[in-house]
Amino acid sequence: MPRQLRRWGPPLLLISPSAILMAVFVYGLLAANARTSMTDIHTAAQATGREPSSWVWLDNYIALLGSDAFQHSLKNLLLYTVVFLTGTMLFGFLWAWLLDRPVRFEGVFRSIYLFPMAVSFVASGVVWRWLLNSNQGEQASGLNRLFQIVGLDFLQNNWWNNVNVGIAAIAIPAIWQLSGYVMALFLAGFRGIPEELREAGRMDGASEWKLYRHVLFPQLSPVALSAVIIIGHMSLKAFDLIMAISKPSNYQTKVPAIDMYVFKSSFDYANSAAVGAILLVIVAALIIPYLIHTTRTEKVK
Amino acid sequence: MSAVRTDTTFGAPAKAAVKPSSSAPSRFRVSRTLKYLALLFFLVIVLIPVYVLFVTSFKGSGDAAAVRAWNLPEVWILDNWKGAWEALSPALWRTVQMVVPAAVISSFLGAMNGFVLARWRFPKADLVFTLILFGMFIPYQAVMIPLLQLMNGAGVPSGVPSLIILHVIYGIPITTLIFRNYYMSVPEELIEAARVDGAGMLRTFFWVVLPISIPSFVVVLIWQFTSAWNDFLFAVFFSSSQNGPVTLALNNLANGALLTNYGISMAGALLASLPTLLVYILLGRYFIGGLMSGSVKG
Repeated sequence: MPRQLRRWGPPLLLISPSAILMAVFVYGLLAANARTSMTDIHTAAQATGREPSSWVWLDNYIALLGSDAFQHSLKNLLLYTVVFLTGTMLFGFLWAWLLDRPVRFEGVFRSIYLFPMAVSFVASGVVWRWLLNSNQGEQASGLNRLFQIVGLDFLQNNWWNNVNVGIAAIAIPAIWQLSGYVMALFLAGFRGIPEELREAGRMDGASEWKLYRHVLFPQLSPVALSAVIIIGHMSLKAFDLIMAISKPSNYQTKVPAIDMYVFKSSFDYANSAAVGAILLVIVAALIIPYLIHTTRTEKVK
Repeated sequence: MSAVRTDTTFGAPAKAAVKPSSSAPSRFRVSRTLKYLALLFFLVIVLIPVYVLFVTSFKGSGDAAAVRAWNLPEVWILDNWKGAWEALSPALWRTVQMVVPAAVISSFLGAMNGFVLARWRFPKADLVFTLILFGMFIPYQAVMIPLLQLMNGAGVPSGVPSLIILHVIYGIPITTLIFRNYYMSVPEELIEAARVDGAGMLRTFFWVVLPISIPSFVVVLIWQFTSAWNDFLFAVFFSSSQNGPVTLALNNLANGALLTNYGISMAGALLASLPTLLVYILLGRYFIGGLMSGSVKG
């Protein structure tokens, strides 16, 4: 079939390197990871194949999900995600709204709100570790000292050293970094609303606030959904910031991605793989409905 | 999908701005002032960490006492910057060696895939696209252990070589996505014309399509440059302090200098962020283009 080959050969030639790489490095490795997570490879000797390992099926998952330590990680992940999402959505939306109508120096405000996005979590972790220093009173530095200076002493707290909600403090730098991004999404959303809609609202005598409340905000719900998905998805993989500000061994700031790293460091490959697989399931539970939803709406269009 | 489009601008603010109605000028002025005050307030909040980084990086160790935490340096010194440069410059150089090939190779792969998926509809093209796209969403923790074993087994040296390969491979979904969206918007006539002239698909791609893809290349290159430069996860698993990129070196520097000298890690953080910040300042429009196309890569 030379004609078939001429027709389909070139495109397949172009796409096959990537297709093969994705097949191996995404799907192949996901399968291999699932396999490892169902073995009893808990020591370096087993990890390197010097000692035998055997199947334990779902035992690792059952042990992990039943353990207080891992439940604590999941609880931390939830808390971190809630704070991170709330903060970025709030600031992102507010900033976009403030910048929606022509404003002097709009470009300056926009660029400065957005710039933290260009910085790595590790670099911002360096300064935030200083800002979130837990010392108070005489010894206080960082934000606690700033609170004293501006007379808001009561706001002083021990940030991420708090055993119960310390992880929420790590979400503050994350909010600092990503709010500008959410702003950019919302701003693009505002600018995508046809001017006629605003005009029509004004014709009907709606006040600016009513116009926003009843006409413009509802138009932004798809953007808000995208933002929630993107930030939520980032949040579930939280790792860099926690490593940079806290330590992997700190109980109050550990999340699944940190557990995965700690297990790997002690050659407990089976548990490490199991934590990775659990993270995958959590992320998939968020992403797959969204992907299906968007492909459907795209088809309708 | 709405999370993944490639607007490179925010669109111009609508020209038909509301003129202050003459009936309520004072109310308008008040709300306007409030708005600017709010904008300025948030500006200050966002810039606080920058102030701290900058000021502390010029402070001597005695000057960094808690009481003077928020003050300007008593004496501006350069020791921290020199120290940070000495500690980080080998890693900075390695990061350049890693980031440039990674960004260039994955951009070309993305362009090839994007073109095929947008224009050369083969059976099941949509399925292939979705399967590739999903690679962008997976938490890399879910492939890390077998990935380590695979890379070790294949004998890929840890450090720069490993990291180039990983950034190329896991960059494929996002680069493919950006190029596909771009090629969807290329006029059909252009490609038809080439085909009528007898050019095959490969010739069309290399001689007609690639030359008009420069804007997308800039967006994709910047995106890949920034995410590879800022990557920490792969760096932790696939390199060490002797052969790793600047994020790893910075983290080690910060942990080593903990409690003794914050100044040096602050100078280091600024040094390590300089390249991506420069790109952001000089090429901000394209940077935002990348963001808009779905910064779903964590």
